[in-house]
Amino acid sequence: MSAILAQAGGDAMLGCEPAPADRGAFVDALDFIVSQRESISGGVCIGGPGELLDLGASHMLVSLVAVVAAIAIAVPAGLWLGHRGRGEFLAVSISNVGRAVPSLALLAFFIAFVGIGFTNVALVLTLLAIPPILTNTYVGVRQVDRESVDAARGVGMSEGQIVRRVELPLAIATIFSGIRTSAVAVVATATIAPLGNVQSLGNPILEPQTYGSAGQLGAAIVIALITLATDVGLGLVQRAATPKGLARTSYHTSERRKRLSTIPIPRRTQTP
Amino acid sequence: MSAGPLAQIQIRDRTGEGCVAENGFCPDWIAENLDKYWTPLLEHVYLTVVSVAIGFGIAFSLALLAHRRRWLTGPILGVTGALYTVPSIAAFFLLLPITGRGNTTAIVALVAYTLLILFRNITTGLRNVPPDAVDAARGMGMTPRQILWKVELPLAMPEILAGLRIALTTTIGLATLAFFAGGGGLGEQIYSEKAGTGGLFFKSNVVVAGSLAVALAAVSDLLVLAAQRLALPWRRTLRTA
Repeated sequence: MSAILAQAGGDAMLGCEPAPADRGAFVDALDFIVSQRESISGGVCIGGPGELLDLGASHMLVSLVAVVAAIAIAVPAGLWLGHRGRGEFLAVSISNVGRAVPSLALLAFFIAFVGIGFTNVALVLTLLAIPPILTNTYVGVRQVDRESVDAARGVGMSEGQIVRRVELPLAIATIFSGIRTSAVAVVATATIAPLGNVQSLGNPILEPQTYGSAGQLGAAIVIALITLATDVGLGLVQRAATPKGLARTSYHTSERRKRLSTIPIPRRTQTP
Repeated sequence: MSAGPLAQIQIRDRTGEGCVAENGFCPDWIAENLDKYWTPLLEHVYLTVVSVAIGFGIAFSLALLAHRRRWLTGPILGVTGALYTVPSIAAFFLLLPITGRGNTTAIVALVAYTLLILFRNITTGLRNVPPDAVDAARGMGMTPRQILWKVELPLAMPEILAGLRIALTTTIGLATLAFFAGGGGLGEQIYSEKAGTGGLFFKSNVVVAGSLAVALAAVSDLLVLAAQRLALPWRRTLRTA
């Protein structure tokens, strides 16, 4: 039906025109971002703010779900391990293994053996997001001065209160830097989500037969900007979330940090 | 009645062809085609080694520069940090119009990612050198250059090598995406089509190429660790003491 209409109506019906040829790659890519054009294979309108917003919304949704799930799993686990002073080996090796497993391999493994779809892609992204949050939470809690914990115990706080009112606030800056690391990695990796049948800004990159090189480059520009924005935005949140009294006492914590320097703190882990 | 399907399964297992067509995990097929992973593995090693070597050269020079002029540390961290945040797939496509498809694009992007890790670790290492050691060296009449090469850098070595390990494993992971830039590597196998049918992600390829990438990361990590133990004998005595 729509094919017949398109034939009858021609370009006027389609509402967009093929992109002019003979332009620089970057000019062409910017044009892809700001205005619609006919796809390479013809018959469909692609690009422009409308489509990119749709793809971007789907991209951010799957990323958000993954990061929230990772926080829900890794922060309580890290707080508990850190409070009990156990599982240093676990916290360290999880971050090392997490770095060594390529995200493409993990996604491909899930798609091949478990299946495609929103849940599976979100699950893969969650697995990628857990290690930095877990390790940072663990290290953040271990960095809390034992004297503060003893003092809290002395004034009659329960173990749960110590975790919530003493260790969590003192570790929040380190935890947030782990969340920031993970969020940037997840937003970056969501680029390959279309392989698992989830729409994202990676669609133009992975479907050159429809979007062409202008679409690939345009999407790459948008993805780079959206990742930088995530990083900067969460950096501001991190600053706002750090308790005011802690912002200036970096000397004090740096002493403890030196003692724990054998634990690699993955401040920022790079994944696609 | 039930002998029919069973017999079929046995025949399929032996030939391996049915398994491939159904996109299964096929040990027979893998054993027969093991040699086809050799070139991608070598490409992967090549990309990693060249990128980390170039990245180390640049990061090391920048770190020495920042060691002399402290105020440069912030700006260098800012720029390398921004480079590091750009997703690698995006970086490959951003570079394509400038450097074209091929190894160069892949290596330029991979080098950019090693810079932050290596620079941060080298500067941290140099900064954590005990001032007493530097004072003692100055007291013995060493020139600033001698202090740098004979005192500060050896003492900063553990941090530098730790950075090298992170850079290596990270680069091996990122190099799985280098095929988007035409750089080859194991990613091409992971991403490859099912042997006969044209669908993405052939299970056997995913498992073998993915495991090879992880194994490569583990082996390179252990190699640097072993080199560290050999090159820094005083660390061993310190730890046991």
